[in-house]
Amino acid sequence: MGALDFMKIASRNKRRTFLLVLSLILILYFIGRFLDYTFSGGGFYTLLALAIALFQSLISYYVGDKIVLASVRAREPNLSDYEERQFVNVVQELSIAAGIPTPKCYIIDDPSPNAFATGRDPKHASVCATTGLLKLLNREELEGVIGHELSHIKNRDILTMTMVAVLVGAIVIIADLLRFQLYFGGARRRRDREGGGELIALLILFLIVIFASIIGRLMALAISRAREYMADAGSVAITRNPLALASALEKIANYSRPMQVSDAVSHLFISDPKKRGLSEKDSLWANLWSTHPPIRKRIAILKQMAGLSA
Amino acid sequence: MTLKIVIIVVSLIFLFVLFAYNTLVKWRMRVKEAFSQLDVQLKRRHDLIPNLVETVKGYMKHERELLERITELRSRAMNASNLKEKGEIEGSLSDNIKKLLILVENYPDLKASENFKILQEEMISTENRIAYARQFFNDTVRHYNTLCQVFPINIIANLFGFKLAEFLEFPEERESVEIKF
Repeated sequence: MGALDFMKIASRNKRRTFLLVLSLILILYFIGRFLDYTFSGGGFYTLLALAIALFQSLISYYVGDKIVLASVRAREPNLSDYEERQFVNVVQELSIAAGIPTPKCYIIDDPSPNAFATGRDPKHASVCATTGLLKLLNREELEGVIGHELSHIKNRDILTMTMVAVLVGAIVIIADLLRFQLYFGGARRRRDREGGGELIALLILFLIVIFASIIGRLMALAISRAREYMADAGSVAITRNPLALASALEKIANYSRPMQVSDAVSHLFISDPKKRGLSEKDSLWANLWSTHPPIRKRIAILKQMAGLSA
Repeated sequence: MTLKIVIIVVSLIFLFVLFAYNTLVKWRMRVKEAFSQLDVQLKRRHDLIPNLVETVKGYMKHERELLERITELRSRAMNASNLKEKGEIEGSLSDNIKKLLILVENYPDLKASENFKILQEEMISTENRIAYARQFFNDTVRHYNTLCQVFPINIIANLFGFKLAEFLEFPEERESVEIKF
């Protein structure tokens, strides 16, 4: 992982994020058209949908990191606590090594060991760790995990991942709003045109289901498991210590209780906080749909880097 | 026709000089920035040492000599005049602090103290920061020096008086682990 590799991945991420925003706008545009057609809104819904898409893209670009941090209830570290101070120290040390500005540090009070990075570029970035992670890992292992998060920052993975988190989160809200419209708007029309409302309601429900699956697919495409492998390699390039990261992942894998976080942000974490079974499978299906690679495979690759056979 | 060719050649040369000069200036600036980043970390260590010595003195009665050496190296490092001298003193300061941090293992009372635990963490962190900042500085110097020496940029470097930058070398470099991808 030389500087050029980081730059190549970074520009690919910028491109992908742009495509993501574009597809969001398109999807919302078609939904707007559809609503206009069914409720004869005369262009009102299309305009509304486009405004929402634009607003959302801007929000998720500029304050996406703050939304993500607030949704996981992250707080600032307490420097008189030994472990939290160590965390802040490690972040500062490794950002010198990685040649990026020091990101902001945050803590989640959760016993499950995990960490993530968010933000839009290295100048506006944050690293967040759970108290469980700080308790469970020794200094070297923590360095491995932070190295992984700093690579996500250097790669601009954080931009794509944060925008996906906020956009997907917002789409869940929009889906709820649609359902709302269905109950009230639909009920009113049922009195006007008997029976027609039922059909429209079914159609819209059908649409929501298709819509959700398209979004899920988009998310998997944008995230892809490759990102995590690349960030592991990037971590080793910074710390020169593949075995420490391997042992950190081992400890994280052995902790089986899932975290209480929203589905919209789970792909940000170094290891699947939901502890889904799919994350640990290596089939074509799992590769397509899962955002996290099997932790055992990551450990094996790291051990290979250290010259040990797994 | 000839005039055209002359104009084209001259403007190409001018563009090259412009580009080479700006690149050299940019990298000279980066060397400077990398050095001040490194210097911040070295100063941080100088600030921490008196506190460290004061805290461990009461416990580590047998390591008086080592503590005195660290204090002395610190005051010498603060007055170091050139980069070569600085490298030698800071390098042996690093070695002695590492020695101290290892010797701490023999003093369970000290290790148990909450106050010392945080101080120890600060020392470890500072040592790491110095190591990384030095690596970053030396990499930057290497890049700048290469720029100054490759043809044809070296002509511009000589013309405008760009001098090679010095590395910060610590005595007895330890081998780092090579990682292959």
